[in-house]
Amino acid sequence: MTDLATRPAASPRVGALSGIRVVELGFAAAGPLVGKYLANFGAEVIRLESRLAADVFRTTYPPFKDGIVEPDRAAMFAFYNDGKRSATLNLKHPTGVALARALIRKADVFVESFTPGTVARLGLGAETLRADHPELIVLSSCNQGQTGPHAFHPGYGSQLSALAGFVQLLGEPDSTPVLLYGPYIDYIAVGYGAIAVLAALERRKRTGAGCTIDLSQYEAGLQFLTPTILQFAANGRIPGRAGNSDAVAVPHGVYRCAGPDRWVALSVWSDAEWCVLRDVTGIEGPVSAADRRAQRPQLDERIGEWTATRDRDDVVRLLRGKRLRVAPVLAISELFADAQLAHRGMWPVLEHPTIGAMHVMAPPFRLSATPSLQVSPGPTVGADNEHVFGGILGLSLDERRTLERDGVFE
Amino acid sequence: MCGRILADLGADVVKVEPPGGEADRLQPPYIGDVENSERSIPWLAANVNKRGVTCDLRSTDGRALFSRLAATARIVIESFAPGRVSELGLGEALRDTILVSITPYGQDGPLADTPGSDLEVTAASGSLWLAGEEGRPPVRTTQAQSPYWSGMYGALGALVALQSRVAQRVDVSAQAAMTTVHPPAPVWWDIARQDHGRTGPYLLGRSNVGSRFRNLWACADGFVSFAIQGGPIGRHTGRMLTEWMGERGTIPAVVAAIDWDRFDNSTLSQAQVDELEAAIAPFLRSLTKAEFFDEVVKRKMLGYPVGDASDTLADPQLAARDFWQSFSPAEGVPPLPFPGGFALFDGERPALRRRAPRVGEHNAEIYREIGVEPDELARLRAAGVL
Repeated sequence: MTDLATRPAASPRVGALSGIRVVELGFAAAGPLVGKYLANFGAEVIRLESRLAADVFRTTYPPFKDGIVEPDRAAMFAFYNDGKRSATLNLKHPTGVALARALIRKADVFVESFTPGTVARLGLGAETLRADHPELIVLSSCNQGQTGPHAFHPGYGSQLSALAGFVQLLGEPDSTPVLLYGPYIDYIAVGYGAIAVLAALERRKRTGAGCTIDLSQYEAGLQFLTPTILQFAANGRIPGRAGNSDAVAVPHGVYRCAGPDRWVALSVWSDAEWCVLRDVTGIEGPVSAADRRAQRPQLDERIGEWTATRDRDDVVRLLRGKRLRVAPVLAISELFADAQLAHRGMWPVLEHPTIGAMHVMAPPFRLSATPSLQVSPGPTVGADNEHVFGGILGLSLDERRTLERDGVFE
Repeated sequence: MCGRILADLGADVVKVEPPGGEADRLQPPYIGDVENSERSIPWLAANVNKRGVTCDLRSTDGRALFSRLAATARIVIESFAPGRVSELGLGEALRDTILVSITPYGQDGPLADTPGSDLEVTAASGSLWLAGEEGRPPVRTTQAQSPYWSGMYGALGALVALQSRVAQRVDVSAQAAMTTVHPPAPVWWDIARQDHGRTGPYLLGRSNVGSRFRNLWACADGFVSFAIQGGPIGRHTGRMLTEWMGERGTIPAVVAAIDWDRFDNSTLSQAQVDELEAAIAPFLRSLTKAEFFDEVVKRKMLGYPVGDASDTLADPQLAARDFWQSFSPAEGVPPLPFPGGFALFDGERPALRRRAPRVGEHNAEIYREIGVEPDELARLRAAGVL
């Protein structure tokens, strides 16, 4: 099994995943975020990259620090890859591939997120890797899975979220659907990908066997739409978008408050809750849920009139004081300052060598005994070459210089 | 959902309900629109692959019984209000397990005691802010999403904790879970001080000069997701689009003028983007979702139709990968195509092995397994503990 991964001196604490080494080849969000979560709990995650074929999050996707497009100024990369190491290898060079294989032989997990067949063509396919390292766990995460007629179709998360049916469920019923911000479905695949890796590690403890995991981001995403799919399968109706209405709660909506673009979200789940809301606001309306549903547009209008002249946070304070379900619609610019998220340490601030102080994202679950630890933002290109090639692989300085000259570390 | 994921992975997950069953069994919609506790679609979907017992945690006997059951478990999942587990006197019984707690805002902090549903935690996460038309109210995904995100992160947390080999609390906040679904919006605020908001069908964050790109377009029978993109695949997509437009008619001058080998979408002004998009819109409007899907796959272009449940069930890729499992989710219900396991492990997809339990279906079986004698069980049943 793997020798104990070395941790930076700055983190004396033992993480839940300390001692687990992960080697990663990927790009953008869906593959690399798996490694981020593992790194946050103490796994040593080594991102292999190449200057010749850099991650689009290093080269293409803004924002860049001060608008200067350089790999080490790419905020997206720094945000999505916190806690990892970076080592550069040119995988078009045979020695580069040999070194990658040697490194993976010393790892517990290999994560890749390229188009199916890509890593196999490089000589890093799961079968090849596991032939001389049967305990290895290989996670291949891609758009549509490793097999099937659409396996080689390129795609990205935002559009895959549309195909899967999420977008169809978002918007007003009388209007066109609206975009689900960001690569929504990728993040679902990230959670399931990390779950799959950890489940395989757990099984390995008992059987000693590794595992080859084929994760289709599409199929992972569909897990979150199971009721919508079953509703059509069972009852023959295609669920569509319904604005902010709900099948149980009424009222259930988002209401405009005083000031520009200020909104409050509010839902009522019982007759008793409605009576409390009615008494505190003076808004008229019938008591029973069925009657409230029948008068939904009128009730929404009356609530909107009541909130429109009031400060959002005053409304929230008042109604939360009565134990009602209400929340401010927080703007993105308000998230770092939100007291509850701050209490949970959701947005640690870390120092990046080029970008400076920046926020990264903590896992949304907290472990009491072995908490997550945010060590550093995403690494600069090749920041850990010495540790990886000298420390882990034991190459001498002379050997490394020769390889460097031959372009193996490009 | 947390338990469902662990059950899919092969864990023996026992659902503990109050006598008579939990309230969530009456979550609409229902199979065949029959409103009863065995027909709730969301409940059935979240509870397949589990066994089920009943136990009244309000009674002393019930708590003692639960403690014996919990002592046999490595993981216990709960979603009571914070503090309720201690209040029930169950803290001691759960000391040696991994305790996964899923609540709207987390176990402590200023909002720990604040009630919230999917709508409120989504609002408090920033996700709601990002969805909707400019100037109109933010909108929520019609099928609640936060229970799925919270459940998934609960399962992930449980598996991380399992690796640590120490008993501990996994504290999942639904609000925090929903903040993880919309990066890179926080990065844009952090680094560029741009506060992204609702843009209807437009995509932000692809431009160095602040332009936005349409990502949802009307087609002949619905909508498609397509955008003018940069990068190697984006340029290939543009090249293929030009070719495709040529085959179906004439290529608009503004499209024909583009040298896709050098095309860089991140530097286009909004006026340039608008002109280009206006030239493409009529072409996309002339295609059906199916035509669009066939051609983008054939030409390896970026883009997909905006699917609904009927499209998903007809998708050839999912069929080729044996994604669907024909499965009857409750007695008397004909088999339905259920989404299969979330990944293939050494080529095998985790299966749906058993239906969601009826209320107290496995009382006799499970309580016997943990050593409750038949006469004791009879006494508990008579006392209403089950």
